[in-house]
Amino acid sequence: MSTGAVLYAGAIGLFLIGCYAMVAERHLIRNILGLVLVESGVNLLLVAVGFRENAAAPILKAGQSAGMMVDPLPQALVLTAIVIGFGVLALALALVVRVHQAYGTLDTREVARLMRVEREASGPGAAGPRAGAKS
Amino acid sequence: MTLLITLITGVMLLAAIAVVVLRGLLAAVAALAAVSLALSVLFVLLRAPDVALAEAAVGAGLSGVLLALTLRRVGLWPGGPAREDEQ
Amino acid sequence: MKGYGHTAATLLFLTGLGILLIAILQALPFGLAPMQVGQAIVAAAPGDTGADNIVTAILLGYRGLDTLGEVTILFVAAAAAGMVLGGASRGGAQAENAGFILHSAAYLLFPFLLVLGAYIVLHGHLTPGGGFQGGAILAAAFFVPVLASPASPFNHRTAMLVEGFAGAAFIMIGLVSLVGSDAFLTPFFGKGEAGALFSAGSLPLLYLAIGLKVGSELAGLMARVSGAEAGA
Repeated sequence: MSTGAVLYAGAIGLFLIGCYAMVAERHLIRNILGLVLVESGVNLLLVAVGFRENAAAPILKAGQSAGMMVDPLPQALVLTAIVIGFGVLALALALVVRVHQAYGTLDTREVARLMRVEREASGPGAAGPRAGAKS
Repeated sequence: MTLLITLITGVMLLAAIAVVVLRGLLAAVAALAAVSLALSVLFVLLRAPDVALAEAAVGAGLSGVLLALTLRRVGLWPGGPAREDEQ
Repeated sequence: MKGYGHTAATLLFLTGLGILLIAILQALPFGLAPMQVGQAIVAAAPGDTGADNIVTAILLGYRGLDTLGEVTILFVAAAAAGMVLGGASRGGAQAENAGFILHSAAYLLFPFLLVLGAYIVLHGHLTPGGGFQGGAILAAAFFVPVLASPASPFNHRTAMLVEGFAGAAFIMIGLVSLVGSDAFLTPFFGKGEAGALFSAGSLPLLYLAIGLKVGSELAGLMARVSGAEAGA
């Protein structure tokens, strides 16, 4: 197998494993772990696409002119994506903490059931978690 | 070079499978940090030192800590203090 | 029965997705991807910006507006997390202090992390790293003590102040560059001598602003989600 095939297989593998965790798992935190895995897979793919054999890292050494370098553009984009991924992760975890405060569970089906019960109890038109329902 | 990349990609995929297979959530988070670490080594091999630094600092470091702290906060940290006042 | 059907459907979906991705990547030869834009930037960046690190030149020079948008996204994420968790959890962290070893190591580590973060931020235009990576390390430096002793308050006010000033500084630098040229965020000051700390015009200043902003933002975000007590 060539280097490229290995890297592409790694990226696709991360993507698929992350998709599995997002679709099949019922725990909210596991879904978020799957999201992070998908992000990692896409990042790896982008950097791998910009790679060139026998090329230098996109950093000039002192007194050296720009020769053959790997593509710096995907690297800049992936750098952005990693930091934004952390922001998304933190926001998702904040929502998870809030869901746990409101419903006392993180099982998606259980949360959906509780939401349905709540909606039926409070009549049509009133939906969503009441703030501080359990405190 | 190819051998090294194959080896590290394999480790990364094994850790990714561990994220899904491991039943303990804290263990899954640790496996996720391992995925990030292997990924940052791959970035170094792909001549992307900037990205590798970001992945190591943000992905393997802060993300793992943040996930672990969230687990503690929602009382899923095994053996940790179950100290959520809302329950 | 229902569970089996669900798993089977999931696996079928993933198989299809995998085949699709493999088919797409077949058309993308490894190591030969066309990269005219990348090569043009590699050729032009040292003359345009004077930065040795071409990724930095792209992030702050060619795509500075993107970076402003990225920092804005981070800010929105932090604000939303603060809004979601806002007043919901006073007294979320009555956790006891960590053991002696972790406690003393955290405070021993603090100055080293600070120096490392500052070095990575300030040398962003010369060596790998920059505002985002160094900012993450700075956030870790300020968050590790909170980790060791959860009872000690995290100062959200100061973090917000630093964040606001850094964000304003980024935009001010962009506006100042309008004086000499006709585009927002055009690097100004001389290019300087390649490889020197004071080179690459205003890029190090921009990265310093980003480093402070990202560092305070990430530290505040972590403290918020982990439920550290809000200090005065």
